Amino acid sequence: MNLIGEKISYKPDEQFHLNDVSFNFKKGNLYTILGRTLSGKTTLLKTIAGLLNPDQGSISFEEKDFIKIPVWERNVAMVYQQFINYPHLNVYENITFPLEQRKLSPEQIKKDVDEALKTVGLVGFENRKIQELSGGQQQRVALARSLAKKAKILLLDEPLVNLDYKLREQLREEFKRIFSEGLSQDTILIYSTTDPQEVMELNGEVIVLDEGKVLQKGPAKEIFENPSNLKVAEISNDPPMNVLKGSKNSKNLNFENISLEIPNHFKNLEDKDYNFGIRASEIKLDENGEEFEIELAEISGSETLLHLKRGNSKIIALIEEVMNFKIHEKVKINFNANKFYAFGEDEKLVSSPYGGTNG
Amino acid sequence: MSKFYTFLKYFFITFWTVFVVAPFLWAVSTSFKDFQSVNSKVTYIPWLDFEPTLEGWRVLIKSPAKGGVDIVEPYFNSIFVTCTASLISIVLGTLAAYALSRFTFKAGFVRNNDITFFFISQRIMPPIVLSIPFFIFLSTIGLLDSLLGLVVVYIVLLMPIAVWIMVDFFNRVPKELDETALIDGCNPYQAFYKVVLPNSIPGLIVAGMFCIIFGWIDFFFAFILTFTEVQLLPVKVVALNSSITPWWSLSASALVSVAPLIIVAFIVERYLSKGNLSGALK
Repeated sequence: MNLIGEKISYKPDEQFHLNDVSFNFKKGNLYTILGRTLSGKTTLLKTIAGLLNPDQGSISFEEKDFIKIPVWERNVAMVYQQFINYPHLNVYENITFPLEQRKLSPEQIKKDVDEALKTVGLVGFENRKIQELSGGQQQRVALARSLAKKAKILLLDEPLVNLDYKLREQLREEFKRIFSEGLSQDTILIYSTTDPQEVMELNGEVIVLDEGKVLQKGPAKEIFENPSNLKVAEISNDPPMNVLKGSKNSKNLNFENISLEIPNHFKNLEDKDYNFGIRASEIKLDENGEEFEIELAEISGSETLLHLKRGNSKIIALIEEVMNFKIHEKVKINFNANKFYAFGEDEKLVSSPYGGTNG
Repeated sequence: MSKFYTFLKYFFITFWTVFVVAPFLWAVSTSFKDFQSVNSKVTYIPWLDFEPTLEGWRVLIKSPAKGGVDIVEPYFNSIFVTCTASLISIVLGTLAAYALSRFTFKAGFVRNNDITFFFISQRIMPPIVLSIPFFIFLSTIGLLDSLLGLVVVYIVLLMPIAVWIMVDFFNRVPKELDETALIDGCNPYQAFYKVVLPNSIPGLIVAGMFCIIFGWIDFFFAFILTFTEVQLLPVKVVALNSSITPWWSLSASALVSVAPLIIVAFIVERYLSKGNLSGALK
């Protein structure tokens, strides 16, 4: 009874948009697709919706070959990153549109629409024109239309990306509530995003997509703690995880003329060259630390992002207060060695502070 | 806003209004004059400057046997040909434009842009070049000097305009709108007439207006392709001109010729300012 995709490839031009993607989505679960722009997220969602036909592979749902069913008979719902509503209809008519298309009874339509309006918090806006709404409200209408349909597959394609910061935070909170309360156990929810924080907050099953290929699948916590390779570590962290080329010997970890004590979880590691990974938040300013040169300092909200350089290595440190730095100034920082990741020279995870290996 | 700016604004508005309206008033005034009032001295205002007469207007509805130039039949011919040709052009042109905007065509080296260009290229040639082929074509199929023949020719002339305007319009309607309609349970035809078409009304109006204007004002093809059986208004109006130029009936016929376009403009103006699609979708 699951939504199963097998070895799906889509290659409309020279490049793969989807490359050998397989998945098994179970009803009642939330799945997030994490990937950078142009990684194939939208293509994958459109393929599931039926707007695109893959060149290879199969999709089945409830034991039926999904690819043979045209879009309009699939009973899926989709919210786009652009706020797509029917401009010639008002809010209420926008939400009833798919229900009328399905020829439901007027009482049923009224009930479903009222419920959906309540869920997204647009009660009282029924007769407004779409043009009169703010971006956030427009996206709520699109979401309400998708919810009212009670589709078995609900696709959300970066629904928050075009909203401003505050609205995004607010709507993300509401999404969590709607997803936990408002959906039946019959629904498969697939949510795509570029934002690692969103993935962690929604806390579903994650598929990390890059250049059309699935890099890793697993629960959000697992992706965060044990990224299977450097690419995943980059994509699933914002700012991306820092990578330092170095080596381990019997006494120390060495990189850029810095020696660190070997953390416990590295004790059994073979002595050789590694790509060490460390999150920006695990780097602290420290008078007794190592000297780095500031290349750029960005203040975002209540945090400061320091872009640092030493030798051939460039790293980003996240300082949890607003500070002013001069460019080309030297600062001293300290690494939290207990949070070091080791990736092999093939970029695969060798050791993580949370015990995972790519064994 | 400074006073000078306000003054300047109203000055230009006034100037422009006079510029636009004066010829109409002049034509209205002239249409009520007789030979004497036109040729003796400059006259403006009826009853003060000259004695108004309805002779200029009467000529237009009098039969030729009584010395008139009957424009009633050509008038309705023109309305029929323009409306029919515009309607067919809009329907066919809109369908063609939607297909060109949404689907990818490949035939040898021909792509969507080439097909669009093919439509527009029909308007590149000067009419005189087209007149001979049209003449031969219509005479071969026996539609020379007939309303149906004119409708066929006008569709050839007007459809490129409709295709051109509508392709551009549909390209600006996001593809995601159609896709959402499909996801919401519309088949492609329903997506077109339930979602895309209602959102294309401003484009349809612009295209329709251009078709009506270009159809209505055409003199050349109406002149070449008709003789005695069927006549269109512009040809008949020109036929008014004889050894002495009858300014009064020319003015009257000019006014009745322009009237339908003015009515169309007034009806359409409301819709054009109402339908602002771009704001709705982004």
